[in-house]
Amino acid sequence: MANADCIVIQGSNMAECHPVGFQWVSEAKARGARIIHVDPRFTRTSAVADKHISIRVGSDIVLLGALINHVLSNEKWFREYVLAFTNASALVNEDFRDTEDLDGLFSGYDPATGRYDNASWSYRLKSGDDESTANEPQQGPGMGDQFGAAGPVAVDGTRGDGLCRDEIETDETLQHPFTVFQILKRHFARYTPDLVQQMCGISEADFDYLARSITENSGRDRTTCFAYAVGWTQHTMGAQFIRTAAILQLLLGNMGRPGGGIMALRGHASIQGSTDIPTLFNLLPGYLPMPMVTAGTLTDYLDGIASPAQKGYWANAEAYVVNLLKAWWGDAATADNDWAYDYLPRLTGPHGTYQTVAAMLDGTVDGYFVLGQNPAVGSAHGRLQRLGMAKLKWLVVRDLALIESATWWKDGPEIQSGELRTEDIETEVFFMPAATHVEKAGTFTQTQRMVQWRHQALQPPGDAQSELDFFYELGLRIREKLAGSDDPRDRPLLDLTWNYPLDEHGNPDSAAVLQEINGRFRTGDKAGQPLSSYAEMRTDGSTEGGCWIYTGIYAGGVNQAARRPARTGHDPVNPDWAWVWPADRRLLYNRASADAEGRPWSERKRYVWWDSEQGRWTGDDVPDFPATLAPDARPGPEATGPAALSGLDAFIMQADGKGWLYAPRGLVDGPLPAHYEAQESPVRNTVYDQQRSPARVTLARPDNLSAPSDDDPGANVYPYMFTTYRLTEHHTAGGMSRWLPYLSELQPEMFCEISPELAAEVGIEPYGWATLISPRAAIEAKCLVTDRMRPLVVNGRTVHQIGLPYHWGVGGEQAVVSGDSANDLLGVVMDPNVLIQESKVGSCAIVAGRRPRGRARLELVAEYRRRAGVTVDTGMRPIDVERGEHAMRQDRLEAERVNADDPWVVPDDEQGGER
Amino acid sequence: MARFSPLNWPVVRQLTTPDRFGRGEAVTSRQTRDLKPRTATADRVVQSVCPYCAVGCGQLVYVKDDKVIDIEGDPDSPISRGRLCPKGSASEQLVNAPGRQTQIKYRAPYSTEWQSLSRDKAIDMIAERFIESRRRWWQDTDEHGRPLRRTMGIASLGGATLDNEENYLIKKLFTAAGAIQIENQARI
Amino acid sequence: MINLEESFQPGRKGFFTDTSICIGCKACEVACKEWNRNPADSTWQLSDSSYDNTTHLGADTWRHVAFVEQGRERIEQARQSGRQLVNLGMPGVRTEAATNVDVTPPDTPDFRWLMASDVCKHCTHAGCLDVCPTGALFRSEFGTVVVQADVCNGCGTCVAGCPFGVIERRKDGLVEPKTNRDFTAGEQAPTPHVGVAQKCTLCYDRLVDGLEPACAKTCPTTSIKFGEHADLTEQARERVRQLHAQGLTEARLYGANPNSGVGGTGSVFLLLDEPEVYGLPPDPRVPTADLPHMFDRASLAAVGMIAGVVLAFFTGRRRR
Repeated sequence: MANADCIVIQGSNMAECHPVGFQWVSEAKARGARIIHVDPRFTRTSAVADKHISIRVGSDIVLLGALINHVLSNEKWFREYVLAFTNASALVNEDFRDTEDLDGLFSGYDPATGRYDNASWSYRLKSGDDESTANEPQQGPGMGDQFGAAGPVAVDGTRGDGLCRDEIETDETLQHPFTVFQILKRHFARYTPDLVQQMCGISEADFDYLARSITENSGRDRTTCFAYAVGWTQHTMGAQFIRTAAILQLLLGNMGRPGGGIMALRGHASIQGSTDIPTLFNLLPGYLPMPMVTAGTLTDYLDGIASPAQKGYWANAEAYVVNLLKAWWGDAATADNDWAYDYLPRLTGPHGTYQTVAAMLDGTVDGYFVLGQNPAVGSAHGRLQRLGMAKLKWLVVRDLALIESATWWKDGPEIQSGELRTEDIETEVFFMPAATHVEKAGTFTQTQRMVQWRHQALQPPGDAQSELDFFYELGLRIREKLAGSDDPRDRPLLDLTWNYPLDEHGNPDSAAVLQEINGRFRTGDKAGQPLSSYAEMRTDGSTEGGCWIYTGIYAGGVNQAARRPARTGHDPVNPDWAWVWPADRRLLYNRASADAEGRPWSERKRYVWWDSEQGRWTGDDVPDFPATLAPDARPGPEATGPAALSGLDAFIMQADGKGWLYAPRGLVDGPLPAHYEAQESPVRNTVYDQQRSPARVTLARPDNLSAPSDDDPGANVYPYMFTTYRLTEHHTAGGMSRWLPYLSELQPEMFCEISPELAAEVGIEPYGWATLISPRAAIEAKCLVTDRMRPLVVNGRTVHQIGLPYHWGVGGEQAVVSGDSANDLLGVVMDPNVLIQESKVGSCAIVAGRRPRGRARLELVAEYRRRAGVTVDTGMRPIDVERGEHAMRQDRLEAERVNADDPWVVPDDEQGGER
Repeated sequence: MARFSPLNWPVVRQLTTPDRFGRGEAVTSRQTRDLKPRTATADRVVQSVCPYCAVGCGQLVYVKDDKVIDIEGDPDSPISRGRLCPKGSASEQLVNAPGRQTQIKYRAPYSTEWQSLSRDKAIDMIAERFIESRRRWWQDTDEHGRPLRRTMGIASLGGATLDNEENYLIKKLFTAAGAIQIENQARI
Repeated sequence: MINLEESFQPGRKGFFTDTSICIGCKACEVACKEWNRNPADSTWQLSDSSYDNTTHLGADTWRHVAFVEQGRERIEQARQSGRQLVNLGMPGVRTEAATNVDVTPPDTPDFRWLMASDVCKHCTHAGCLDVCPTGALFRSEFGTVVVQADVCNGCGTCVAGCPFGVIERRKDGLVEPKTNRDFTAGEQAPTPHVGVAQKCTLCYDRLVDGLEPACAKTCPTTSIKFGEHADLTEQARERVRQLHAQGLTEARLYGANPNSGVGGTGSVFLLLDEPEVYGLPPDPRVPTADLPHMFDRASLAAVGMIAGVVLAFFTGRRRR
């Protein structure tokens, strides 16, 4: 970032949420870079930016789409870069129809299920086949690219056939109407500065400033960087927000180059690591998908991930899978039993955290482990979370303090309102004190994929123990109790490799776990030695490794993540500090920092280039490219895997080696971003007739209601938009900040931020109390009446936005400060690609004064719902039948959705249960 | 110098040193003169990483008598260059917070109070419940007879503040047990 | 009586707080409290002052970040008043660099949010030090002013002696939970140094070992800089030149003028508006500044009185 010439921070409040990372922005600014902050609020980031542009929450695709249109129609795109490294010239299947043709929908939409069949989105192949004839992909909600905010690697976990570059029909002149380039041009033509003014509330002058800033700071000699955080991801269109920015950055030639890119600013110490080595339902380590029920055999499963015939590193997926299975089941995993593939459980649909909460409410989940999280405060729709936990048989909370998720049964808001009585709650609660980061050794993976080892400073106090110790011990106990069982379902547990060397306190050695993650040779003269690269992984069981993308972290038997050479100067790349996956590459796709011939785009922006004398790539970083693959290499169609990469395939993890301006697969809600309004919005979508994302995932339940949108009856009961966010002084749901006096005193009370205009409209005094009411809850907050919040004029009418930090909660023992939780206001509706909830936009009412106590609080919420006429159906239809003129009109949807049985909530239905 | 030497009296020092006005070195107490940063007395200094956001700032943890007496930025870190935000600066208080819980607490069904439990007992109880719930909600096949080999009775949430090694063991154990509803902050 | 030289010795250390790059994160406040083990000082309620819930410096709070929200009119005034300072020939702001560049001011923004981290000024003429009757306060070898808690008897004379309202006596028992700890999880220890005067020591206990103060070390954007006072003052002047060259004429220095009522301060600030806007006194004056003058006058008065008495003795009408 320090190398950027222009930095656009959008969907992120970087100075507040990543202050130390912001030093690089400060440094770039001191060097003359232009900093622009696009945000609904004027924040501490805006205060030190060159310019703050106020935007209506959830309208980012309109703004970014208009920038794409500006770049395309004014010929500001970086032609050589786009031709060399993107899929601009690829031809798309002739059956493809854009939102332009279908009035806001892409081809393949099934209104009955609310899902897309993406067959028509594929590339056009020379053989005449469409790639869509390949295997049944693992598709559906949450089955898209599971990268979410992780962003950097578009590893495609769906299927791999038919994307060999040589098989794709292309038109290098970009004139064919079905080239990606022309489709892009048509698609974004309606995204104009005028539309931006209408939908985002951004003036043409501000748009012009932004457009000039990024185009003047892109090209051979200059680069622009985008930075985002959950301001982009927590929307029903979250993945598409990021896609829009990626398209823009590819057109401007800002990917894979120093000072360019799209920085995902993540909010937890190892949130990147927890997707790499995932505690996520749909993934196995290294972005291998969890098998679906349809993948009956290992072969089926592998066919669904990648074809050995495809190009790039995913062609070796079989090796990654076999090594994982071998690491987990050791000798029990053999060639004869498909490396114990049958030991893996199968998915039948989405099992994300919100689906799980729904299952809890239905009484089909007994036990719940809550590990360093505080869902009672930190997850959307806090009431749903707490009521769900009240239906459990047992709950294990592991944390540093008695957070609200551990004490809701005696002091939560539902106890206070009388909805729940402690004496009626069956749930057993185990509170297990956790170890802090200094009381255990291990690695965190930070936001740029850097894995850093922490040494243990001391033993945890009292009963406190690390997750590693706890789960190791739990595993031992479970295996002890099952020992001797002949039930086949217990084999995976009993055969599990669970022998780790112990330290003098009897706890497992985390370095040994890291070594297993790295992988080792099992046989041969190197038996027992660590693998140094995932290229060493074999499919014959002679090697094992728990997470292929982390292989190399223990290369040479040395913990590479613990490398900490003393700092000299401040080299921006720092090749020797810790370790970065994959293969210690600091900047992904850095092949693109050189032109087609392998020369740096300019002297000022040189980074990695081709040294023709030595016949290898060289430069300031490990090349993210085969080291000796010449820029002019063009392997024939018979080559496979990494050997099939051409000298131009800079985006080596993509099956076609190209940066995707158009996504022929991998996304479930469209190959191109299209703007839809949030689930709840007082604004009508004037971009298309379709109001909300047609592929969004809803959870229609009587306890998860939505407010009406636009001019629908009752929408004026919840007339204001609210958005949630963090403050510098606190951390997420407060478990690591509200128990600390030094942090609590800096922001002691829950507040909301409103404009003076809104304050006048509803009669609220500065720093007075206000009550906010959504269809889910009513909360109270002190009011910061400030010019930092500005009403916007959208579609000719004034839209007020309310800001709500979400750090406070009610209940919890010994918290220094507490207060109502902003997340209680939210409902649950999700992005279909990654199942992240929409917590950045909601509709609410606001009135002066404190909220009622006890039962009266529930009655207030109910009264507003009645006035608005909110029902289970409100806002739940996938498409807007009364508006669209498109052929998809399906009135029968109405009837189908009268009860709460939303088709998305199917995953657990098959087996019955207590329902 | 003897502890109560008259030569050490401030008034004497005031007269015998250039600090005639008694506003400098002459008035310093023994405690002041012996002052050292408490980090200088640490038994060990351990390199670590801040546990809050994902920037990954380097930390130096100063330990004395098996207690953390200070946590500061690690100047060698190329990410943070020794700097920390307010949360990172409060890390020592995170470790030593008066409100931190260090004992296991157990709430029995329908109870209104916590009770205490030994760690051994607690883990044993959890293991028993784990096995029972796993069996109770086990699904061997779907309606077409295709293998599922999973349990829907156990769920987990958490991981983004945990170590990679910890997440690895959690995913490994739960997957082997057939528990699939494993989630973390990355989807929140 | 006042030794003007004592704090100008070479090696005088200080802060330069450049508020133009402050992001208001308050890391300085926390790092300061953590290092010095100062207790929390809060009513646990919003202080009704933007994001500032610390509100002032005091016995428990040695760094304080002020937040000021301003509209266009006030920004224009600040720019104007800064320009006047230049015209008045404020030391160090008029430069050759500034004359060569385009000084047309940039567009005035509609709104700005000022943030500034305040701290003890470590005055050249320190009122607290001058009036301390016990020798608890002393001028360190770094030119800073430090309280010795083991010497202070809590008389409070220094509190009135500080023109910035920085030094205070520490109270106890006002606020729960207290923060002081014996570095043991789940336990609380009593607050140290209760009843005695407390203020920023410029981390004297760190300086003696060659470390930098906790606040400057942690500051994410280097808004707080620590170093040789002379270097920092020069750096601060250069920064003002730079900002003026960009048309930001509202930039001005605070505390860099050795002829001020406190003889300049060890902590120098770059402000973007009048000092009052940040809650700083515009013209601080050490109460003992007039002491020599007063002494002269008092001497004169004494002499006069004696003379009067003598005169009266000789010229008075004899009894009888």
